[in-house]
Amino acid sequence: MELDPEDVFRDEDEDPESQFFQEKEASKEFVVYLIDASPKMFSSTCPSEDEKQESHFHIAVSCIAQSLKSHIINRFNDEIAICFFNTREKKNLQELNGVYVFNDPQRECIDRPTARLIKDFDVIEESFIENIGSQNGIVSDSRENSLYSALWVAQALLRKGSSKTADKRIFLFTNEDDPFGSMRISVKEDMTRTTLQRAKDAQDLGISIELLPLSHPDKQFDISLFYKDLIGLNGDELTEFMPSVGQKLEDMKDQLKKRVLAKRIAKRITFMICDGVSIELNGYALLRPATPGTITWLDSTTNLPIKVERSYVCADTGAIMQEPIQRIQPYINQNVMFTAAELSELKKITTGHLRLLGFKPLSCLKDYHNMKPSTFLYPTDKEVIGSTRAFIALHRSMIQLGRFAVAFYGGTTPPRLVALVAQDEIESDGGQVEPPGMNMIYLPYSNDIRDIEELHSKPGVAAPRASDDQLKKASALMRRLELKDFSVCQFANPALQRHYAMLQAIALDQEDIGETRDETLPDKEGMNRPTVVKAIEEFKESIYGDDSEEESDSGAKEKSRKRKAADAGDYDFVELAKSGKLKDLTVVELKTYLTANSLPLGGKKDALINRILAHLSK
Amino acid sequence: MARNREGLVLLVDVGPAMHSVLPDVEKTCSLLMQKKLIYNKFDEVGIIVFGTQETENELARDIGGYDNIWVLRNIKVVDELVIDRVKQLPRGTVAGDFLDALIVGMDMLIKTYGAGQRGKKRLCLITNAASPTKDPFEGTKDEQVSTIAAKMAAEGIKMESIVMKADPSVDVDEKIIEENDHLLSLLSNNAIAKTVYVESPLSLLGALKTRRVAPVTLFRGDLEINPSMKIKVWVYKKVAEERLPSLKMYSDKAPPSDKFAKHEVKIDYDYKVNEETSEALAPEERIKGFRYGPHVIPISPDEMETLKFKTEKGMKLLGFTDASNILRHYYMKDVNIVVPDPSKEKSVIAVSAIAREMKQSNKVAIVRCVWRNGQGNVVVGVLTPNVSERDDTPDSFYFNVLPFAEDIREFPFPSFSRLPASWKPDEQQQAVADNLVKMLDLAPSPKEEVLKPELTPNPVLQRFYEYLELKSRSTDAALPPMDEAFKRIMEQDPELSSNTKSIMDTFRGSFEVKENPKLRKASKRMLRDKPSGSDDEDNRMITYNANENNVDTVGDANPVQDFEAMISRRDGNDWVNKAISEMKKRVVKLVEDSSTTDKALECLLALRKACVLEQEPKQFNEFLNHLHELCQERKLSHFLEHFTSKKITLIPKSEAADSDVVDEKAGDFTVKEEPNLES
Repeated sequence: MELDPEDVFRDEDEDPESQFFQEKEASKEFVVYLIDASPKMFSSTCPSEDEKQESHFHIAVSCIAQSLKSHIINRFNDEIAICFFNTREKKNLQELNGVYVFNDPQRECIDRPTARLIKDFDVIEESFIENIGSQNGIVSDSRENSLYSALWVAQALLRKGSSKTADKRIFLFTNEDDPFGSMRISVKEDMTRTTLQRAKDAQDLGISIELLPLSHPDKQFDISLFYKDLIGLNGDELTEFMPSVGQKLEDMKDQLKKRVLAKRIAKRITFMICDGVSIELNGYALLRPATPGTITWLDSTTNLPIKVERSYVCADTGAIMQEPIQRIQPYINQNVMFTAAELSELKKITTGHLRLLGFKPLSCLKDYHNMKPSTFLYPTDKEVIGSTRAFIALHRSMIQLGRFAVAFYGGTTPPRLVALVAQDEIESDGGQVEPPGMNMIYLPYSNDIRDIEELHSKPGVAAPRASDDQLKKASALMRRLELKDFSVCQFANPALQRHYAMLQAIALDQEDIGETRDETLPDKEGMNRPTVVKAIEEFKESIYGDDSEEESDSGAKEKSRKRKAADAGDYDFVELAKSGKLKDLTVVELKTYLTANSLPLGGKKDALINRILAHLSK
Repeated sequence: MARNREGLVLLVDVGPAMHSVLPDVEKTCSLLMQKKLIYNKFDEVGIIVFGTQETENELARDIGGYDNIWVLRNIKVVDELVIDRVKQLPRGTVAGDFLDALIVGMDMLIKTYGAGQRGKKRLCLITNAASPTKDPFEGTKDEQVSTIAAKMAAEGIKMESIVMKADPSVDVDEKIIEENDHLLSLLSNNAIAKTVYVESPLSLLGALKTRRVAPVTLFRGDLEINPSMKIKVWVYKKVAEERLPSLKMYSDKAPPSDKFAKHEVKIDYDYKVNEETSEALAPEERIKGFRYGPHVIPISPDEMETLKFKTEKGMKLLGFTDASNILRHYYMKDVNIVVPDPSKEKSVIAVSAIAREMKQSNKVAIVRCVWRNGQGNVVVGVLTPNVSERDDTPDSFYFNVLPFAEDIREFPFPSFSRLPASWKPDEQQQAVADNLVKMLDLAPSPKEEVLKPELTPNPVLQRFYEYLELKSRSTDAALPPMDEAFKRIMEQDPELSSNTKSIMDTFRGSFEVKENPKLRKASKRMLRDKPSGSDDEDNRMITYNANENNVDTVGDANPVQDFEAMISRRDGNDWVNKAISEMKKRVVKLVEDSSTTDKALECLLALRKACVLEQEPKQFNEFLNHLHELCQERKLSHFLEHFTSKKITLIPKSEAADSDVVDEKAGDFTVKEEPNLES
């Protein structure tokens, strides 16, 4: 058996699931962004967030800019290339007309994104017309076919890397749904055929082509004219996988964000519904905290990575040793020893399966029944035929009856009871908001739950409760402070944004890193609206009364002070001081006196005694 | 008794009706003691059993009465003996009176600790509360219980009662149970006491909080509605994972004669420029770097300090929103609880007003929190109301962390409605599923909910402590098997499943599942990003009729099918290589027999296709070269002639990246003499 002692001994800190998301070479991705730069991309516009008209070209470019930033942060192993077609200038290894591969000179054509590339791309629109130029590359009498050339260049770029270990994708941005529409019919047929063949060749090599169409405000992008064949969709799929892309910039960004992340299965899970019915599910980690990444230590003079070596030293003999295989737990005057194998065996109480135990109404799932981010479950018939059907049936019943499933999941350390909550699909104009499936929520065990409420109860003494008037004021307050269109993912993490702004600034030697906007701060303007201020004032007055500044203590604090004094009073400090027996007390006991008399608590025991003596002698 | 120590008296009913559950009581009590020995070594414990023939307690001696109550152990610091004690509780012979026992326990606590140590004195009663209590000398039982409760509250004694629900099959007096329940609820309402009813050994193991953790606030400060309206609150962890103790590494290097050896292991970290050098870099010679794209960006501590995101401690309200806006699965972490500062009555009222109104109107609050000054990040979370059912407990909020935009990975999934009809349940199947969801019920009524998280113990920890105890007695003790009681969380309740057997059978009958007999590794990979719908249809196309996929040779009759079945086997790593080499042998045989040219070509094409899919171009190219030579040697060039018409070429780079053959050369192969492709 392969045993990683670190893993065995590690105190459940690391969920093996999370390791799945650490980028591995094996799961890297090669992406070519292929952007139509024809004059039509510049002349067509869409309304943006603030109702300004933005050109299609701008939309495509800003989507990609955002996507590049997320590549560099989250998936720095991915290799990307940016390629325009329908350009005046040409720049590509094949010397094809109308295709321009945009790059930072220090990079290979397809390479990991760099800070420089991102920075240059951010300002590409300023110089695009001048340096690269827009020019329709499909001209009927010249037999030029820029789309064909673009696919060729993209395919050539994606030749790098084995398709065994990498996903290869082309994202094609265009607003021309019928690229050969203006051609004579024979030429059109010919061009269509060769272009489709080119696309098919690419697909046969394991490259997938994804289309991000941009629609004209008055004319929907008609995918059936040409592109459905190019990306290989047929009848049903056409409606299924080509959700009408909205016309707004935000929708587009959303679309791209969703598609750029390759769908990764965190885990295959066998779900045992009852004896004889086990179905196959895929678990996806759709929510995981993003972190600034691990620290790499560098040599401060050369800035080169340094080697960190860990050595184990025997405290008794000073001998360097191998990583010890035994661990000890002090227990009743002895050290009980465990080997790595024993501990790993101990933790293995079950197979990694998900075992259905039964169902409960949703009201049984309390707000505090939560340990860590949930895992999303979606069925697959890949290995077990019939899985999807059984899953959908349960899913519908659970939604219909307002129930969740309780199951035991052996795939985490430690294994946990989980709640499976069915989630119906939610869609908006911009596409899917919540995918249909079940969310697996990890439940705490009894000893994980703390009874804080009890700690704050005063037996027999009724806790103060709000009066009807106060409730009414609270209700008014809540109405005034209603967040419009709140959605859980609307805030960027300000600390993370700041961190990356800082890295980018240092990487590019920028002096000023600018201000990062903290979206998580309360909306000052909104809070200062007179109606809001009034509602808050009224609520405040109903609670605190007129004398609003300082809340009067309800006496408990005094009580606690008294209690401390009483504790200290367990000893007659004056007597002890006289007889010189203060030193017989423990530090803790000495501190009760100091606390009761509001004296500093720091210092060694002698200092404490001296402080008490000084105080007594006053 | 100093701060953060606890004095506990266990009151265990060992009367005849309790005998069946006593082994589990012993288990849970010994777990409690073990954890005290490890985490709270200075805690003190007394043990009282009642329902015994024997009577041995101070009150009986001093004032008489209080029969059948036996003090097994006076209150003293936990030691190894206490484990033995609770592991071998005596079996009593008479029905015990829990109220009497309670008084004996209270008396012991008060005599030992006096009136101080509020909240550090704890009574734990384990009983089935099915035996009658004696009438007091004066007044009613209610009055007596109220007096006890008042005394406990005054003395600051906490109490928890764990009541085994009576087995309905055994003859019990409903009236007595009702009365006892009433008395226990009186206690709960008037003292710091709670009563937990348990039905199974599993929940008995979970009912007793075996790990005592002193609650610590992680924040004390203002919940700010706006800069002028603030509520004083304290924040605690409501849920935190109880982990295995962190075991220390052990060094066996010290000589056995060294009596004072500590056997400790220190871990040293050395930072070196490269592996060869033995010179370690001093702390000031190294600098932290963070990955940014292909580069690692060095950041000095000074830069970090001046540039990093700065925060100010506080909780700020952002606003309210409908509870339905915050889906349950967005909760990111373990849960906190926000309670009003107990000394601020107005804050208690303010929290109460907001919490109750939130509950009433189904709203939640969104807050931005920084728990400590200088904390490097902020959290945005949701406050949900925790309106108290007990009069003496203030209302509070639960706090759950919500994800930031960066934390979400949105993948689109196909809508169920758009999946092919054959994948969706029909009406009859849906009805069967509805029935299962209804009938496999773990909460027939709110009171009888089973597998509550609050009452479910952690099986791994349970097992660890059991093992620890065994090992402490004998070093080579074997790992104990999983406790029977835990079957209830790892498998369906046999009673429930037998009651729902017919439903399960119907479910099994209606939802037939079967293993997908053949699955090509390669096609799986190629189709990974496609929707599962299209995926499997493709898979089915390459499914052949071999009943079981245990093909391990490429036979004479259906070589192509054998080969495809073999290469798609997934029960081992080298089926691909085995299949390819089998196929090569078959091709050579077929070529040598001139009557089977067509078959040979067919096989060769299949091999080529598979080598492209499996990205094994070298294997094919080498073989094709070999075959070419072979044919020329043996004058079998009629076979080679077919290559052009059948488009058999070497596998070029454009088809498989690992290939050494450039695209232009792939076709050349058949016409020209072979240059130097074989390496």
